[in-house]
Amino acid sequence: MAEAAESPGDPGTASPRPLVSLGSATKGTEGEARVPPKEVRGRARDLRDLLLIHLLSCLVGDLWGPLILCVTLALMLQRGSADSEKDGGPQFAEVFVIVWFGAVTITLNSKLLGGNISFFQSLCVLGYCILPLTVAMLICRLVLLAKPGPVNFMVRLIVVIAMFAWSIVASTAFLADSQPPNRKALAVYPVFLFYFVISWMILTFTP
Amino acid sequence: MAAADELTFHEFEEATNLLAETPDAATTSRSGQLTPQGHVAVAVGSDGRYGAEDEVEEDSDKAALLQEQQKPQPGFWTFGYYQSFFDVDTLQVLDRIRGSLLPRPGHNFVRHHLRNRPDLYGPFWICATLAFVLAVTGNLTLVLAQRRDPSIHYSPQFHKVTVAGITIYCYAWLVPLALWGFLWWRKGVRERMGPYTFLETVSVYGYSLFVFIPMVVLWLIPVPWLQWLFGVLALALSAAGLVFTLWPVVREDTRLVAAALLSAVVLLHALLALGCKLYFFQSLPPEHLGPMSQVSPLPPNVPLPPTLPQSLATS
Repeated sequence: MAEAAESPGDPGTASPRPLVSLGSATKGTEGEARVPPKEVRGRARDLRDLLLIHLLSCLVGDLWGPLILCVTLALMLQRGSADSEKDGGPQFAEVFVIVWFGAVTITLNSKLLGGNISFFQSLCVLGYCILPLTVAMLICRLVLLAKPGPVNFMVRLIVVIAMFAWSIVASTAFLADSQPPNRKALAVYPVFLFYFVISWMILTFTP
Repeated sequence: MAAADELTFHEFEEATNLLAETPDAATTSRSGQLTPQGHVAVAVGSDGRYGAEDEVEEDSDKAALLQEQQKPQPGFWTFGYYQSFFDVDTLQVLDRIRGSLLPRPGHNFVRHHLRNRPDLYGPFWICATLAFVLAVTGNLTLVLAQRRDPSIHYSPQFHKVTVAGITIYCYAWLVPLALWGFLWWRKGVRERMGPYTFLETVSVYGYSLFVFIPMVVLWLIPVPWLQWLFGVLALALSAAGLVFTLWPVVREDTRLVAAALLSAVVLLHALLALGCKLYFFQSLPPEHLGPMSQVSPLPPNVPLPPTLPQSLATS
């Protein structure tokens, strides 16, 4: 597959392209009704590599993805305007500020400790790694539509914990490598705290 | 025998203090050379000023400044200036945390653990962790209380995160500023030991707040006398660390000033702990309950009326 040979992390490309290209597979099968099995396997690999490719687009410091994710998360997390109680969940602005200030602080911390990742790359990675938690928020909202009870809570807890672990693993893979080995834990701990706070906000969300 | 032991301990402490102030000084292991004044002064002479015994009489600040002038100090507008405050390894941070958890008399945190290299990583992230842990455990307490008593109204109470953050950061930065300013103002009274630098004071306060983190987590246990016990223990550890660190600096001052300063430090620390306990872990007064407050709590097999907010039933 010729297109797959091109480097996906090429800084010249603005849009991410999947590792496994469907282009050359469909060229030979134009007009055929049957979908070749190669394409099905390709699509599955596409989904698995989606996060990785977007992370690779962070080589150019792409911030649109993180912005869209953050806005989505903040929109879902904010308390409704009809809810006038003083001590409810976070407002839209609070979530937004926590995510972006948190990401900037972690990036600054990483750079001050002597890491060699660029500022925008680090922001980009942290922003994209909110994707699992946004998915968790979606699932939690759907689960909350069902009958409330301890089962409801356990499902939400397990989903949030799983997505939290995924976020941590994905972002640590990038950020820890940029630090000298005797400071890796110092750089990773704030990331853990950041995603923990976001997970807490998701878990305590009440519609 | 005991007197001789005390004397050697005292000499060792003085030597350690002075050696820690001048970390580039050559150290020798012969006990005869542990008399602090002359030999450390000669060793400081590595920057070209030999045998000047009055150098040891200078404030420790000036000695540190001389050393800093050997390497060109980056300006405060450059990134490298701030990088020097994060020049720590994982093991060093863990060692400093351990030092703050186990204060010992005569074991000065600044000299033994910071060793002229205060860092801002510890204070900043300990404060951030403490603020978030306070908000999270305060919320958890409400959840657990609501499980026991369904008439309590649960809400995420997100504004407490903001309050916790502002309080902790103001305490950890403004109080050391005031303390440092006060010690600097009184430095004329002291002969031997100058005040700590501002960063060292901030570091001491930041690391001393670490013991509050497990204390706050243990406050989840809903037994009141146990909570007060943990609070008092943590406060004692934390305040002891602060007092042992400040004692060598204030003991040359007048008794009144020393006593007033140390009691002010301990009092402020106690106020912080008490404020956290009362604000984040308050036992719920009746006005915080939901609309059911006028009615006695329902037995569990009675279905909840639809007037209650949805949030009561979601967990």
